[in-house]
Amino acid sequence: MSAIPMETGLLLAGVLFMLGLISVMIRRNIIFMLISVEIMLNAAGLAFIVAGSHWAQPDGQIMFIFILTMAAAEVSVGLALILQIHHQLKTLNSDAANFMKG
Amino acid sequence: MELTFYIAAAVAVLATIMVITRFNMIHALLYLVVSFLAVAVVFLTMGAPFMAALEVIVYAGAIVVLIIFVIMMLSLTREDVEQEKAWLQPKLWMGPALLSFVLLAELVYLLVIAEMPADPAAGSYVDARAVGLALYGPYVLGVQLSGILLMAGIVGAYHLGRQKKKVIHRFLQEKEPKKERSTVL
Repeated sequence: MSAIPMETGLLLAGVLFMLGLISVMIRRNIIFMLISVEIMLNAAGLAFIVAGSHWAQPDGQIMFIFILTMAAAEVSVGLALILQIHHQLKTLNSDAANFMKG
Repeated sequence: MELTFYIAAAVAVLATIMVITRFNMIHALLYLVVSFLAVAVVFLTMGAPFMAALEVIVYAGAIVVLIIFVIMMLSLTREDVEQEKAWLQPKLWMGPALLSFVLLAELVYLLVIAEMPADPAAGSYVDARAVGLALYGPYVLGVQLSGILLMAGIVGAYHLGRQKKKVIHRFLQEKEPKKERSTVL
């Protein structure tokens, strides 16, 4: 069960996090940016699981549960904000919302 | 078990690359489901079966379905896909991608030269019982804070998603221009 070295799991988490980071920087569509944030949160949870598996402690999995809870709350509030932005500005371009006026 | 991990890791990385290069949102979400399922397999090989089930249920189930519902409400057209294609020019994604690759190279270097401590437990299988005992033992405060966070999320999503009604009085209502009000939420 422990044949997988810890570095490999952490490298996978790092690669997934980097892909999400690239996507959140190059995209202008606000839904794609939300999806990228989900990818990054998932990668962070993967790092916790890898560390918890390495030391055979349940703490890593508990941190993943907390990250999961936070991701669920974040995506619901984020989607409500996206609906409001689409209703007010009639676009999903995040550059259209860079002025602080309702 | 080791081969399973490497195959699942490759599938996860490839599916994530496909997610961030799609122009159509629904296609990207389908690849996102594949990516989450592959990560769930990685969790299974890491000896965390309960987390694998939660990943499939919450991430691939609930969150992706929520995003799909919102995309269906927005009723996007083919022009939006073309717009997305026009936005994603190579000169636009080259810079951030290169800088991120530099950061990843540093991370890989640091992970490779670092000396990982040898794992004390040979079998690193942590079952759901140990997780539950720790969750409701030392971490019970975190569980309560998660409950508060979810409550705030529900209230915030309801408040933000609601469309404003601008009815002052029923006699004054005729003066205002009749706005087309979509039936969201």
